[in-house]
Amino acid sequence: MTTANKPAPVTPVLTKRWLSPTSWSIKTYEQLEGYTALRKALAGTPEQLVEVVKASGLRGRGGAGFPSGIKWSFMPPNEDKPHYLVINADEGEPGTCKDIPLMMADPHSLIEGCIIASYAMRSHHCFIYVRGEALHCIRRLNAAVREAHAAGYLGANILDSGFDLEITVHAGAGAYICGEETALLDSLEGRRGQPRLKPPFPAAAGLYAAPTTVNNVETIASVPFIINGGSDWFRTMGTEKSPGPKIYSISGHVTNPGQFEAPLGTTLRELLELAGGMKDGVPLKFWTPGGSSTPMFTAEHLDVPLDFEGAAAAGSMLGTTAVMVFNETVSVPWAVMKWTQFYEHESCGKCTPCREGTYWLTGILERMVDGKGTESDIDTLLDICDNILGRSFCALGDGAVSPITSGIKYFRDEFLALCDKNRALVGAQS
Amino acid sequence: MSSTGSTYGGSSVGAGTTHQASAPDTDVLGVSPVPAGHLVAEVVEDLSVFDGVTTERARAIITRYPQSRSALLPMLHLVQSVEGRVSQAGIQFCARELNLTAAEVSAVATFYTMYKRKTCGEHLVSVCTNTLCAVLGGDEIYQRLGEHLGEGGKRLGHNETAGEPGSTGSITLEHAECLAACDLGPVIQVNYEFYDNQTPETALDLVQALQRGEKPAPTRGAPLRDFRTAELELAGFWPDDEAGYRSTVDGPSAAVETLRGAKLAEDRGWTAPAMPNPPLPEVEKK
Repeated sequence: MTTANKPAPVTPVLTKRWLSPTSWSIKTYEQLEGYTALRKALAGTPEQLVEVVKASGLRGRGGAGFPSGIKWSFMPPNEDKPHYLVINADEGEPGTCKDIPLMMADPHSLIEGCIIASYAMRSHHCFIYVRGEALHCIRRLNAAVREAHAAGYLGANILDSGFDLEITVHAGAGAYICGEETALLDSLEGRRGQPRLKPPFPAAAGLYAAPTTVNNVETIASVPFIINGGSDWFRTMGTEKSPGPKIYSISGHVTNPGQFEAPLGTTLRELLELAGGMKDGVPLKFWTPGGSSTPMFTAEHLDVPLDFEGAAAAGSMLGTTAVMVFNETVSVPWAVMKWTQFYEHESCGKCTPCREGTYWLTGILERMVDGKGTESDIDTLLDICDNILGRSFCALGDGAVSPITSGIKYFRDEFLALCDKNRALVGAQS
Repeated sequence: MSSTGSTYGGSSVGAGTTHQASAPDTDVLGVSPVPAGHLVAEVVEDLSVFDGVTTERARAIITRYPQSRSALLPMLHLVQSVEGRVSQAGIQFCARELNLTAAEVSAVATFYTMYKRKTCGEHLVSVCTNTLCAVLGGDEIYQRLGEHLGEGGKRLGHNETAGEPGSTGSITLEHAECLAACDLGPVIQVNYEFYDNQTPETALDLVQALQRGEKPAPTRGAPLRDFRTAELELAGFWPDDEAGYRSTVDGPSAAVETLRGAKLAEDRGWTAPAMPNPPLPEVEKK
């Protein structure tokens, strides 16, 4: 068991209701403290709610890790224009698979979080933008909204508080870029999902140019627990700067892949222990801490604390805590090529570095994997990456170069080995 | 996906078509393979396939949003539920309902992967071939299904259909990007319902069953219907009868992998620290 000040290796908060039968129904939810945080929140003021979320240190669970309470406080206090809360449920980062199980298993926790957050930000219309391919989540969320309406948690004068809110569940149509918050807003406005120039930030001019906050599913689902448990309780898990529990999704070459909700700062060594170790004992080769857009790690990084600071200090990013584990049998250049094909397909085409860059990166990597590369291709790849990173319109371009630069950094020999045959040919010709 | 560079070092990249034909004096209409009438006159499609019910639904979608244009994505799902694709008629229907131009609607329809330009089969089979699923067997599954569904030794390609589109047992195959079920990989979706932990053999069995007109239950999702019904749900329209509706909502979701951490904690007696219930913090009233 655990000592008083160190939490257990697995700390089910968001995931604790998932084991209950029909965990997605309002009946089960209400039996398990559901909608008690809403009553507590509505008895308080919006300022108090922003304050408790700020004090909890909750950081955005969609990958960027921006402090949620501070984001909320950017919303103007007046209501000259309607305010909107938009939930980013467009989960599509390769490796990431936490929001979809959450919305399937416990949609009401997201709905309750939406109502509390909307009240805190004076929004009367909330949109949940769900990835179109996640049809079963859309179904469960729609049912949850219906149930919440019937129970008086949505609609006009919620629980006699005088607060009104509608939630619209909106299906996307298959575009990774719509996970970028401003592209998501354009998409929600019925346009091509292409990112907007910032500033203005959404809090100033977001959906329909009105004040808007875009939050991730896991972030908002955490809110009812913070309201009920308080900020100090939330901080009993995780680290000073990265507090709270987090759903780590472990996939790939492990014995028992799955969702493990653990305190932020858990290491891969600890996660592997939970997941039963490497599958069939084949050694670890490389892994991502939070999706393909976070630079890869190797067996050297088993003890890196997986929180926002720890992952960054070790040269990567926490991202979405989508831990993809690959064993020795997997070719790094091949894996990198596959990811790059993904970014090329999903590049929205708005800015040149990303649109053209991902095209060329893909072509070069495909050729290398095909055994027709040359050593100078590695430099060309890095040069193109250099022209994409920080020069693209949004973070998609930055993400696209992560697998390549980190792959070459740790496994240059494998890229070189692909060129050996050609080196011999070039030598013979000269 | 590009096909650049297979002959690099003597690269073929960019060596194909050039823009030299667009010199100043080119008679654009004259050189166009499309009859001039089509270039200058708008073709008005017959919209009668979208009946009163569909029109009513389109208008119901609009009421969900503060601004009508937001209804476009769900409305494109709606027209796809009628025709099994987004046709020119579908585009003009959306344009009419939303007071947009057909060009504005086309620009959106062609941006998103889920809007199909060719009529889909009874079922849409999507195989995840992103890196992780591919490593675990997704590439092999996609190849095997393509071979099985192809004809005359030719593999069925991405977004191609085996069988008469819409007829029972017809199947459209696609390779998909990460479907956010990585702990359950390799995954397949049929009409966006999940079939988890597939192998080439189980995937082939599944597809053969679909071709026989059977509807094997998904691992996670509602009882399988067809592609068009899934599209109607994406537009936000659900079964009218309560029992039918609940049976879709209550379709399974509790995969072993999904519950793995929670179950492990339960077995070992691990819990999060007990939650007190402190009052909300005091703040100065603004």
